[in-house]
Amino acid sequence: MNALNRKLFRDVWRLRGQGLAIALVVASGVAVLVLSLSTMEALRETMDAYYDRYRFAHVFAGVKRAPERLADRIAAIPGVQSVETRVVEFSVLDVPGFDEPVTGSLVSIPEDDGPHLNRLVLRSGRLVRQGKSDEVVLNEPFAEAHGLQLGDTLDAIINGTKRSLRVVGTALSPEHIYVLGPGALMPDKKRYGILWMGQDALAGAYDLEGAFNDVVLTLMRGAEPQDVIDRLDTLLDRYGGVGAIARKNQISNWFLTNEMQQMRTMATVLPSIFLTIAAFLTNMVLSRLIATERSEIGLMKAFGYGTFAIGWHYLKMVMIIAGLGILIGWLFGAWLGRFNTQTYAEIYRFPFLLYRPSPMAFMISGLVSLSSAMLGALIAVRAAINLPPAEAMRPPAPPLYRNRGLLATGFGGWFDQSTRMILRQMVRWPGRSLVTIIGIATTVSVMIMTLQWLDSIDALEVTQFQDAQRQTLMVSLTDAKSEDARFAFKHMPGVLAVEPARGVTVRFTSGLRTHRGSIEGVLPTARLQVVFDTSGRVIAVPDDGLVLSSVLAAKLEVGRGDSVTVKVLEGRRPELTLPVVDIFDTYIGTPAYMHLDALNRHLREPPSLQTVSLFADENDLPSLFAELKENPSVAGVVLRQAAIDMFNETLGQTVLIFVWIFIGFACTLAIGIVYNGARIALSERGRELATLRVLGFGTTDITYILLGEVAILTLIGLPLGCLLGTGLCWVMNTAFATELFRVPLVIEASTYGFSVVFSVVATVISAALVQRRLSRLDLIAVLKTRE
Amino acid sequence: MAEAAEKQPAGSIDQATLTTRAVTKVYRTGDVVVHALRGVDLDLFESELVVLLGPSGSGKSTLLNILGGLDVPTEGDVRFRGTDLAAMTPDALTRYRRDHVGFVFQFYNLIPSLTAKENVALVTEIARDPMTPDDALALVGLAERMDHFPAQLSGGEQQRVAIARAVAKRPEILLCDEPTGALDSETGIQVLEAIEYVNREVGTTTALITHNTTISDMADRVVSFSDGLIVDVAINKERRHARDLHW
Repeated sequence: MNALNRKLFRDVWRLRGQGLAIALVVASGVAVLVLSLSTMEALRETMDAYYDRYRFAHVFAGVKRAPERLADRIAAIPGVQSVETRVVEFSVLDVPGFDEPVTGSLVSIPEDDGPHLNRLVLRSGRLVRQGKSDEVVLNEPFAEAHGLQLGDTLDAIINGTKRSLRVVGTALSPEHIYVLGPGALMPDKKRYGILWMGQDALAGAYDLEGAFNDVVLTLMRGAEPQDVIDRLDTLLDRYGGVGAIARKNQISNWFLTNEMQQMRTMATVLPSIFLTIAAFLTNMVLSRLIATERSEIGLMKAFGYGTFAIGWHYLKMVMIIAGLGILIGWLFGAWLGRFNTQTYAEIYRFPFLLYRPSPMAFMISGLVSLSSAMLGALIAVRAAINLPPAEAMRPPAPPLYRNRGLLATGFGGWFDQSTRMILRQMVRWPGRSLVTIIGIATTVSVMIMTLQWLDSIDALEVTQFQDAQRQTLMVSLTDAKSEDARFAFKHMPGVLAVEPARGVTVRFTSGLRTHRGSIEGVLPTARLQVVFDTSGRVIAVPDDGLVLSSVLAAKLEVGRGDSVTVKVLEGRRPELTLPVVDIFDTYIGTPAYMHLDALNRHLREPPSLQTVSLFADENDLPSLFAELKENPSVAGVVLRQAAIDMFNETLGQTVLIFVWIFIGFACTLAIGIVYNGARIALSERGRELATLRVLGFGTTDITYILLGEVAILTLIGLPLGCLLGTGLCWVMNTAFATELFRVPLVIEASTYGFSVVFSVVATVISAALVQRRLSRLDLIAVLKTRE
Repeated sequence: MAEAAEKQPAGSIDQATLTTRAVTKVYRTGDVVVHALRGVDLDLFESELVVLLGPSGSGKSTLLNILGGLDVPTEGDVRFRGTDLAAMTPDALTRYRRDHVGFVFQFYNLIPSLTAKENVALVTEIARDPMTPDDALALVGLAERMDHFPAQLSGGEQQRVAIARAVAKRPEILLCDEPTGALDSETGIQVLEAIEYVNREVGTTTALITHNTTISDMADRVVSFSDGLIVDVAINKERRHARDLHW
């Protein structure tokens, strides 16, 4: 090894503390990008592979009752690859050891060999057999949540009759990754289950022999789903079709893609910001570090080393430091990515996991980090190389300070000399001050942005579960019942109030814009389930006309007073033209409301209802549950409290991981910046500070001068960070808004406080590390003359 | 010791501001042991100007550091007005430097971010009984340029600011390590004039390290060092004025 390389390694070793701090800054930026991109890729890839291997259907359609022979005609639709008909019904289950009524989705599968589309991943046991009408395969999370084993039984009300079902297997399905019960916001594996039963058994139970009420299709490569949907709808129309949907609107897939879209936002917006800032800071810090090597550069030049050799020497040094950071970032990012993907995979219950991060994330992050570090080094080396060697070897001439700003005015008298030194230092080197300020501000803002998710989720919860929903539970009925049904509920144990509602599946059309959704018929006097605008306004539905959520209105490009064509996809299937009377903001979904009576009128049906909201005495809940379980007209029950719990649990799992990861990265950034800033300042100003010690200043005094600067810059950085954080929250909120979720922009004071405190702690830790060196300052070195 | 006492000027040992007895200093860096001082006895009397002469590595700077409370002897006794410096805590040494000692360095060591006046004020703000920065700067003939920053001053001017900064606290001892080392002869003499003026007018005990034997003519006493020992102490019968020196 030549002398220069030996010097290189010793220099790197000498600067190990600072080098590591810089490497950690680099690593943070790199890791965030690798983590986010690889998680997203892995989930996408896993989902695609899952869909592909288990033949997830492309088109789904529900129908009242269609004859089996229609399947051939459906198969003949151009573009259709395969068709599978089935029976799908909701049912109320009575699971042993669980008081609350549970909603079950009964799905028929061909006996013995199982479905050909939406194939099941058998996790235990076997599929149902021919002639065994009581056999059932449960979706695995549901079975686990209730501790149901093979051979166990549970009761279900099937077409009004209570039946005992025996568990013969557990399975997963690509159709039910995000297992969302009717009316629920979050998957609740205890209160909603998928039950696969034999085709003959289920068809027999619902009087659908030789018929089906649900059909799924796969399409040929290149076939246009909408063309197929149109033809399918035409075929199913006279049999009571409720409108076919493409895979992208299938509920489990829709939620999953929504979540992945959010993750994509997180994987692009945030890491880009983070990586850019980390790169900028690396650039500044390294250039300053190299600048302190000025006399060595002069010496090497004096020895006859060329510009290229010297430049290369320092580039290598920077590459070692940045390379270390990139390596740490890659490893840590990949590890976190795997961990994170696993967490998601567990939540979604993917039967397998493909974690094969593509080289893209690694390359981008490495390239950005390395080039910014090298650029920083080159700028500093160039400045030193341009000096004549003799001049470079001498300590730099005292930099010229000027008397200006506040200090030049009468206020100047207020400051003692130490404070003057701090202030002039900051003004003289605005770039350096800026690095520290940006470092602190970034830390604070990233923390605010991360913690704000929790605030937003809380706000979302309050709006959704306190302001908009006040019922104890919501009961959905097997089909529309006459108005009298509400009185039956009124007399159930503990029920204090009953509110009817009815949802119908419709297709909204305005010009070329369409949306398949539903209209919820409610009463203007509703108190339990209200139409709530996020501004706090409770809207009483008008006698006629629609009240649309703003997202739906925007999608249809309509405003108040405009008309919307509504094609009802149930019952008599009327096509209506309805005025938009009011528009309201909501955080979740794209709801539309109208007066229940008006809805029934437009449907040309007598006053009827399909869901009831109940407000009940908590003490009477067990007996209420028992009665609901026995009631043949009940299709499903959603408990508000259970929904709140699930909401918190689900988001807690996913969001909290990210929150802590990002707080960790933000702290690393702060420590890296502050520690390096102060360390370099110490090496630049060691002589000055030692002089002060010689003049009789104590360690505390010089600590004030060196770290007072850090303190002031931190104080500037904190409010700036709060401001930046607020802006960042806005950006993220806007970017995160999907049809499913709009996260409210709410930042609690505690979020600001927590972020500030965390950043200050990170700063204090790094300052303390430097302070230790201050107390060991070599005073004699100052006096050493060059004898 | 008797020999050393003989060579001291008239006046009793009680008037000594600083005394050292059998002071040794040993540096160990790795396997190398350096005996910087091998037993030094020296008294610095009130208002006296002493020049310390000697080749590089002869120990004079080490002694100056010990006298100034920047370093502690390995063995031996250092007393400032009877108080043992070797027994002082780091904080006490800081107070000693703050209240009693003025330093002038070869490379000035001014704070670049402070003006001449502010550099002086740096010291007067923490001293017990300082003169005003304006007075201190007037003392070295720089009253006109006190609002300039170091980068705006010549080397000689910077060194005079350093002297003003050192004497503004009215120290009992002024320690100068090669104050003219980085200056040409003309500015060097201006700086020596300032030191001489302070010594005469304020009566500060002054110790001055130099390589330049000519400068020893302005001293009361000349102490020569070699190899960690005092090898000669000469008393000048007559001090020459700094302005009469040439080199």
